[in-house]
Amino acid sequence: MNRKQKKMLLRIIAAAALFTVALCIPAEGFLRLLLFLAPFALVGWDVLWRAVRNIAHGQIFDENFLMALATVGAFFLGEYPEGVAVMLFYQIGELFQSYAVGRSRKSIASLMDIRPDYANIEVNGELKQVDPNEIAVGDTIVVKPGEKVPLDGVVLDGVSALNTSALTGESLPRDVQPGDNVISGCINQSGLLRIRVNRVFGESTVSKILDLVENSSSKKAKSENFITKFARYYTPVVVIFAALLALLPPLFLGGGWGDWVQRALIFLVISCPCALVISVPLSFFGGIGGASKCGILVKGSNYLEALAQTELIVFDKTGTLTHGTFRVTAIHPDDISESQLLEFAALAEHYSDHPISLSLKAAYGQPLDAARVTDSEELAGRGVRAVVDGVTVYAGNDKLMKEIGAAWRDCHHTGTIVHVAVGSRYAGHIVISDEIKADAADAVRALKKQGIRKTVMLTGDSKAVGEQVAQQLGLDAVYTQLLPADKVEQVEKLLQEKTPRGKLAFVGDGINDAPVLSRADIGIAMGALGSDAAIEAADVVLMDDSPSKIAVAMKISQKTLRIVRQNIVFALGVKLLVLLLGALGMANMWEAVFADVGVSVIAILNAMRALKTKNIINN
Amino acid sequence: MKKQFKMIDLDCANCAAKMETAIQKIDGVQDASVSFFSQKLTLEAADDRFDEIMKEVVKVCRKVEPDCTIVL
Repeated sequence: MNRKQKKMLLRIIAAAALFTVALCIPAEGFLRLLLFLAPFALVGWDVLWRAVRNIAHGQIFDENFLMALATVGAFFLGEYPEGVAVMLFYQIGELFQSYAVGRSRKSIASLMDIRPDYANIEVNGELKQVDPNEIAVGDTIVVKPGEKVPLDGVVLDGVSALNTSALTGESLPRDVQPGDNVISGCINQSGLLRIRVNRVFGESTVSKILDLVENSSSKKAKSENFITKFARYYTPVVVIFAALLALLPPLFLGGGWGDWVQRALIFLVISCPCALVISVPLSFFGGIGGASKCGILVKGSNYLEALAQTELIVFDKTGTLTHGTFRVTAIHPDDISESQLLEFAALAEHYSDHPISLSLKAAYGQPLDAARVTDSEELAGRGVRAVVDGVTVYAGNDKLMKEIGAAWRDCHHTGTIVHVAVGSRYAGHIVISDEIKADAADAVRALKKQGIRKTVMLTGDSKAVGEQVAQQLGLDAVYTQLLPADKVEQVEKLLQEKTPRGKLAFVGDGINDAPVLSRADIGIAMGALGSDAAIEAADVVLMDDSPSKIAVAMKISQKTLRIVRQNIVFALGVKLLVLLLGALGMANMWEAVFADVGVSVIAILNAMRALKTKNIINN
Repeated sequence: MKKQFKMIDLDCANCAAKMETAIQKIDGVQDASVSFFSQKLTLEAADDRFDEIMKEVVKVCRKVEPDCTIVL
């Protein structure tokens, strides 16, 4: 509790004591009024004061004014205890509400507890703590075990394990060594690291993430806008009904004014839409907070809402469903051993930096003796020719084999095939392909279970490769050999297929697909740690590169929307019920106060559930 | 130009919504949002008249909730 809340608590306790005293003293007339006015003034003076002041500002349907009118009205009707009690309970409710909101703000803020407070720099051999904002690109900082990495950079020396869980939700630590890139916001677990900074604090990952999450509440969901609009009409309508209730029945039906005025006052107490106005945005805020705890950054409540309505998911292949790195997946020699074939290929490709050459060398795994390669030449679009141990070796595609007249064989595997010929004799071939991510198939299954109607894959790759991946993952459709512009066109076509309420999500790795990310209803970028373009273009950013997080994001979205609906139905239901009972003379002020602040507090507590995501990840 | 301001003592969610509506009506404001939870005002308005518009924003906010102050 802060100071303001503590002061309020004291006022409430003192007023409650005075109220009890007033109830016990059997006074009559003016003395009785005074006895009840004392606790009333003590607990409610600020409400009365704000009511008067806001009317002066032209704010008529203000919460304070309505509460003041209802309680002062009770005093005029001679219902002193009721007037005091209503004000007392209203203030207790407000205090509780402010406390609950404060708590939820804090627990959301603690999720975002990745902001580093200082950076260590070495000055004359001694470590000095400085503000991360003062560090320039190229400076060297020191991160001790247990400290946060304050800025993005490259490890100069030191070996350690980094805990990235605050950023990615991934609990497995990441090992780093000299030469590795590190991002700010990770926690250094084991060793001392010296890091050369390559981005200023304002552009470092941690600042970007904080910015994004803090701004997310400015993009409002449809249900939030609905509530704001609803709130604008709700209060005036209830107040008009209250006025009619106080005036019409006594005029036309006859009977006591007091009874009807009291019923009208009950209306006024319930006329604040606070429960909805607080709990609906809070649910979204909590949902976004909970998602970021799992390494899913959602850029606005509107996107969190849209995720639950996703019907079609379109995936990019490379880097999204596959790792995007090439690896040797099969070796088929003709009459030499597998390792010999690989050795020839690796040596022949020794001087090339092509991704395929790199993967061959990586697969060979041993240091190559460059002296064995005497003459080497790249043959554009075909492969390489090199002299290894005095023999000419060719490594490349089928065109190259045809050219040199080697009797090559085709392969039943899909992927990139490197044929090798020693002299002019065919020696065999090596298959290189991109690997499918371990959780990709599960991710597609989980999405289907979530009610996704259609999963589609777009790729620039060849038909054979694309179709094989799609089949392995159980995708519904695949479009291959697409240029970046074709992908946009294909997404436009798919957008026509969805139902009016449904949404289309595109998942990419942010490389070359920014236009598609922004064209889709929801653009999801993955593995975006450190990729600025992806963070810019996407609506949802997955911090690590596991596609299974998409289903998690959808579940969080569905849970949040469920909570929002519960709150709307509960708050409106109770209010309408009490309004109805009040109009019929069957509800009293106490119930009205419950329908106002009591409902608010319950709705806030319910909204806070949106923050909890543990169950969602475990299932 | 888009700018963000911190708000102190923004204690009521309904007031935040009212402020937002009032600010959006100010001439020259392209977009405005008042977040009750992050206690922040995000204002997007014409560059050349930004300061003038900001003065108007402070005025309408004071009208809705005199206890709340915008940190400029």
